[in-house]
Amino acid sequence: MNSFPFLLVMIALPAVGAAVVAALPRGRDLLAKQLSLGISLVVLLLAVLATVAFDTGGDRFQLTTEFAWIPDFGVQIALGVDGIALVMLLLIGVLVPVVVGASWRDEFPGRSMKAYFAWLMLLEAMMVGVFASTDIFLFYVFFEAMLVPMYFIIGSFGGPRRQYAAVKFFLYSLVGGLIMLAAVIGLYVVSASQLGEGTFAFDALRQLEITPGVQKLLFLGFFVAFAIKAPLVPFHTWLPDSGSEAPIGGAVLLVGVLDKVGTFGFLRYCLPLFPDASRYFAPYVLVLAVAGILYAALLAMGQSDMKRLVSYTSISHFGFIALGIFAFTTEAATGAVLYMVNHGIATGLLFVVVGMLIARGGSRQIRDYGGVAAKAPILAGVFLLAGLASLALPGTNSFVSEFLVLIGSFPSQPVFTIIATVGIILAALYILLMYQRTMQGPPAGVLMVEDDDEPVPSDGGSTAVLTAPRRTLRVLDLDRRELSVVAPLVALIIVLGVYPQPLLNLIEPAVSATMSDLGGSDR
Amino acid sequence: MDTLPAEGLLASSWLLIALPLAGAAVLLLGGRRTDRWGHLLGTATVVASFVLGLLCTFQLAGLEEKSAGVDLFTFISAGDLDVRAGLLYDPLSAMFVLLITGVGSLIHIYSIGYMAHDPGRRRFFAYLNLFIAAMLLLVLGNSFVALYVGWEGVGLASYLLIAFWYTRPAAATAAKKAFIMNRVGDVGLALAIFLMFSQLGTTSYEGVFGGVGTLAGGTITALGLLLLLGACGKSGQFPLQAWLPDAMEGPTPVSALIHAATMVTAGVYLIARSAPIYDLTETARTVVMLIGALTLLIGAIAGCAYDDIKKVLAYSTVSQIGYMFLAVGLGPVGYVAGLAHLLAHGFFKAGLFLGAGSVMHAMDDQVDMRRFGGLWKKLPVTFVTFGLGYLALIGFPFLSGYFTKDAIIEATFDRGDTLGYATGGIAVLAAGLTAFYMTRLMFMTFFGRARWEDGVHPHESPSVMTVPMIVLAIGSVFSGALLVSFFPLSDWLEPVFGEPEEAEHVIAPLTIGIALTVVMLIGVFLAWLFVGRREVPVTAPVRVSPVTRAARKALYADTINESLFMRPGQWLTRALVFFDNRGVDGAVNGLAATLGGSSSRLGRAQTGFVRTYALGMLGGAVLVAGALLAVTAG
Repeated sequence: MNSFPFLLVMIALPAVGAAVVAALPRGRDLLAKQLSLGISLVVLLLAVLATVAFDTGGDRFQLTTEFAWIPDFGVQIALGVDGIALVMLLLIGVLVPVVVGASWRDEFPGRSMKAYFAWLMLLEAMMVGVFASTDIFLFYVFFEAMLVPMYFIIGSFGGPRRQYAAVKFFLYSLVGGLIMLAAVIGLYVVSASQLGEGTFAFDALRQLEITPGVQKLLFLGFFVAFAIKAPLVPFHTWLPDSGSEAPIGGAVLLVGVLDKVGTFGFLRYCLPLFPDASRYFAPYVLVLAVAGILYAALLAMGQSDMKRLVSYTSISHFGFIALGIFAFTTEAATGAVLYMVNHGIATGLLFVVVGMLIARGGSRQIRDYGGVAAKAPILAGVFLLAGLASLALPGTNSFVSEFLVLIGSFPSQPVFTIIATVGIILAALYILLMYQRTMQGPPAGVLMVEDDDEPVPSDGGSTAVLTAPRRTLRVLDLDRRELSVVAPLVALIIVLGVYPQPLLNLIEPAVSATMSDLGGSDR
Repeated sequence: MDTLPAEGLLASSWLLIALPLAGAAVLLLGGRRTDRWGHLLGTATVVASFVLGLLCTFQLAGLEEKSAGVDLFTFISAGDLDVRAGLLYDPLSAMFVLLITGVGSLIHIYSIGYMAHDPGRRRFFAYLNLFIAAMLLLVLGNSFVALYVGWEGVGLASYLLIAFWYTRPAAATAAKKAFIMNRVGDVGLALAIFLMFSQLGTTSYEGVFGGVGTLAGGTITALGLLLLLGACGKSGQFPLQAWLPDAMEGPTPVSALIHAATMVTAGVYLIARSAPIYDLTETARTVVMLIGALTLLIGAIAGCAYDDIKKVLAYSTVSQIGYMFLAVGLGPVGYVAGLAHLLAHGFFKAGLFLGAGSVMHAMDDQVDMRRFGGLWKKLPVTFVTFGLGYLALIGFPFLSGYFTKDAIIEATFDRGDTLGYATGGIAVLAAGLTAFYMTRLMFMTFFGRARWEDGVHPHESPSVMTVPMIVLAIGSVFSGALLVSFFPLSDWLEPVFGEPEEAEHVIAPLTIGIALTVVMLIGVFLAWLFVGRREVPVTAPVRVSPVTRAARKALYADTINESLFMRPGQWLTRALVFFDNRGVDGAVNGLAATLGGSSSRLGRAQTGFVRTYALGMLGGAVLVAGALLAVTAG
């Protein structure tokens, strides 16, 4: 079993699938959807099997595949996962089928549905690649290549301001990527001078003795790219535009997975490769992280557009993840990785259910809805559960990760942790405000229709008041397809909220290894 | 005292939580299919929990070491943190289990009648079950993390139940307010847990209480104050009291169970459970006492001014929990007194709320006491049971409140210092106010001329509602004497708090007993003077003294919260939204414009993309090529 090239297949399958879906003849949209769903489910299965094959007590990187790509420059196709990357692959495995299901009924006037699903498949391949690379050049290639499908998903299938959002997304990422490229090359140069032969292999680079000055420069190169991707305040302003203009499926993968490449990068590359620089810059990063938690939470409260609101909540959550990583303790960093997974599930569900509401009302504005719970109790219930997971209520998955991040950060960074804890009050505010305005209260908004069943007053309707038709809320509750889309995420939220240990067992050894690269946990 | 692994029935005490939780799950997931019998299932699970709780408690009583632990599974383990899911069944948790499931069962039964015609009855019972499960976890957990999970769990149940009639904006707003203000308190509790882990490496009761003695005094005080913040949030104590009266927007059985008898007393539980911490910090204990004294006075003053029957009872709850805080703030001498009052209050306040519910049921959901009057003839059972609860609350001799409130005030004076006299004096004064506002409530509701709105025909509630009221009334009458004399709570709780010290009385108990009775009678007399002997106007008088005006506003707690937090928060949010759109984003766009004209490309998106992309790729390629060349050449 161990010789099976899981990771290669998990990249190749959706990549080939993307080509096949794109090549389908016009009008075969249904087949495109079915193919995409099938492929994404196979990838999920492979991710689960890979997890079974993974030995938590074994080598740091497992399921490895290596062969030369550009031998002259030491570039390899080197794939392998540690526990951190593996849980991200599981997250991708779960989210892509959900996104396919959630996009099933989407319609993009004038745009080809099969193109949308082809981009989704290509995106899945790139996302698996970026987490599974153990060659830093390969990582860079996936990091940049990932932009292309997401650019088209936002730019072709998004909302009214999709072009603006897509270009903004692209430019930000590209700028970050180029700065990182410079740092990647810098690393290569250092490795060439120290080892005699340049390499991009992560394990070899980890052994380098880099002088503090060079470390700081290289750290910044990686950090800026990851801080834009994550995004940390003040590099964040592209996300609300992208998150709100992207189609729901794109938004789920953007916020759920793509952004995690940033925080994953901090942990995989910044800390182990540049331990001295990481310690030097940690206070500054923590300021950005904690300021971001509060700043983005306050901004979330001020949003009138639901998708922008959810985007801002994510920026706030990314602050928690960054806090957990740069607190330099095993507990906090383990919590941060679990946070990446849990946030993908919880915010993924929140985006999906917000999308279902928007699909019914045709508006993203909070003020266009009211009292929906009265007619669509299941929709409201799922909405509330997703919200509660977002505000990290105990019993939901997010509680475990947020708790771990905070309790793990407190011993090494008490002041930052105390300030960050205020974020849990703000989280309750922005979630419950949105829930109250859309789901509770008297029925109102764009879903109100004139009630045809109401008998016309028999007195001939002498006044306008009497003849004014009564208006009622008309909204369908979740149908079978929608239920089957949300059910897996709902189940994961509860199960991982009560019994998170299997994931923690995967994550912790990799985090401990990272901490020892860094010179030990600060606790 | 050692905790031994539980055997026999106690080993299954997790079922106490699992039963109502399963009930909630079935009712929520089962949907309309369960509409017909959902309320019966919901009631059955709680009654089953009560029976199991009784059996477990009997078994515990027979044990040598009165502390049984149930280890379940690893909840969170990473690095040095190891949180195990486990339960602790000891006399303190047993007492709460019986209160929660006992009063809980009665209120579930009552709700069968009260919610009979509500289309959301199944949902109601699901939430109630969820509450019982979370509350049991809160008191049965063997670590501060387990407590925290239950703590926020009851917060959720409270939120759902306050907003049960969610189409009413007031209900939705009240629910949100309760949740937010509770979260403010929860931050305190969370920080206390973080501090425990950072100082002691553990969050279990056993580990924390075993190691707390080794900590610096300042750290222990910080722990005590942080826990107190959590307790204040949940228990509606100053400065986080303003949510509790608004919580009356929920159906009345909810007010009885959650916002009177059980959840709001969780703060008292937290402090009593954390006795080993508070025993070591005089400062934190003093703050607990002061908060208690201040809140019991605020609650009593506000209770005098409201016309809404449920709000009067709510402020009464705020005030009575203040008494409990005052008691547990006294340290070892006060824990038992505070907990005895908690139990007695559980009976009489739950009974009073159910009685109020019965009145509302009869009066088409009217809550304005100015629209009641003369109801004693129409609602005889409600009148008698409510009356007994009333007498118990105001401390009528030999009813429950007389014993338990007396004990608290005695113990307060027994401190013999300024703090003792000052807080004890406040407690006596507030006892008089209690008698006043409750007598006023009785006069306005049950006596005088009927001031009913047109078309109201009051009728006594069905027996499914009156039987629980009768049972609670019996408890209100006898529980005090039982807990103090015949079956002393101090003996039962001795394994937890140690041997009760023989108190040295500064003032003879008899003197205090007589003084309290006199003060109570003065309160009753004043209520007769101002309310009972006069005609009650149907609308509240507008021209009133500044004191009354302040009391009607609950001493401006909401006003202060709004002008201190809410409005500045809204301004800040608005300013930040503007800043983020114009400032941060604008700066970045501007920077881009200065550097390379990207901003204009952002505007002309379509063509800009191709060029930028190509440019980027080209730039990247040149960089790579150049660097590689440099490396290979060098």
